[in-house]
Amino acid sequence: MTKEHSKSVETTPSSVGDDAEQLVRDNIGWMLLLADRLLRDRALAEDAVQAAFMAAFRGLANFEGRSSLKTWLHRITVNAALDILRQVKRRAEQPIDEHLPEFDSYECRIEAPWAHMASVDEILESEDLHDRVHKAIGELPDGYRNVLQLRDVEGYNTSEVAELLGISETNVKVRLHRARAVLKKLLEPILRREVQP
Amino acid sequence: MTLFSTTGVRRWLKGMMLKHMHRMITCREFEEFVLRYLEGELSDRQRSVFEWHLRLCRECREYLAAYKRTLEITTAVMAPPNAPVLDEVPEDLIKAILEARKH
Ligand SMILES: [Zn+2]
Repeated sequence: MTKEHSKSVETTPSSVGDDAEQLVRDNIGWMLLLADRLLRDRALAEDAVQAAFMAAFRGLANFEGRSSLKTWLHRITVNAALDILRQVKRRAEQPIDEHLPEFDSYECRIEAPWAHMASVDEILESEDLHDRVHKAIGELPDGYRNVLQLRDVEGYNTSEVAELLGISETNVKVRLHRARAVLKKLLEPILRREVQP
Repeated sequence: MTLFSTTGVRRWLKGMMLKHMHRMITCREFEEFVLRYLEGELSDRQRSVFEWHLRLCRECREYLAAYKRTLEITTAVMAPPNAPVLDEVPEDLIKAILEARKH
């Protein structure tokens, strides 16, 4: 079979099947890791990736190449993971109020002096500290953690996050700031080195 | 530069100063500006007021430093790996996806 010939039969069912398998094999790795970052559960991440590929196969004909294939699949995977997150009944979430910044009656911030502030490298070098940070992020309620992850980790901008989550941009900013402030509070024992590596 | 200690009278004095003096904002007001400051969305005037508070207030200065450090750590700990590799290729899942596609 000549090269030209093989090209011309690309649309027959069996070769479409091969393309599909290639698409899956090429992308399943990073898609699973992405879904796992958002869902923090391998089984749910697999469900999300399966749903994402189904959506991708349905949409592939309409994929116009306005973004790269990876950008397109990234967004589909995020949407599939968020769908699952909405369906799954999570454990009761802790209210975040007690971790928000505190002020005294004169509107002055209450912030104990910092003698030491752990560096990024200190955290990355210790597997234990790394795990503790990961766990602290998991303690954020879904609605806050999602915003933090999509903006600060996955690289979406404010308006994209608003669209993905179906909330206003103002709401994205409020949640992003609170998520960071609460996480700062949750990480304080680690950052202040009250927790030994 | 630290003008204030944490004792009661000084806190009261600090609160009064920040609340009533020209070009001053309270720590609570400062909090409302943090995100917009970091996103570069403040006007020149707002930014200079914000930064003036930062110079005067040890609490907000350290708070902001820890906030930024938290952000760096979050990004570093959660960052997608450069070359996303799995421990093993999930053949079962690949098979299930290709199977589901036929229906
Ligand atoms: Zn302050």
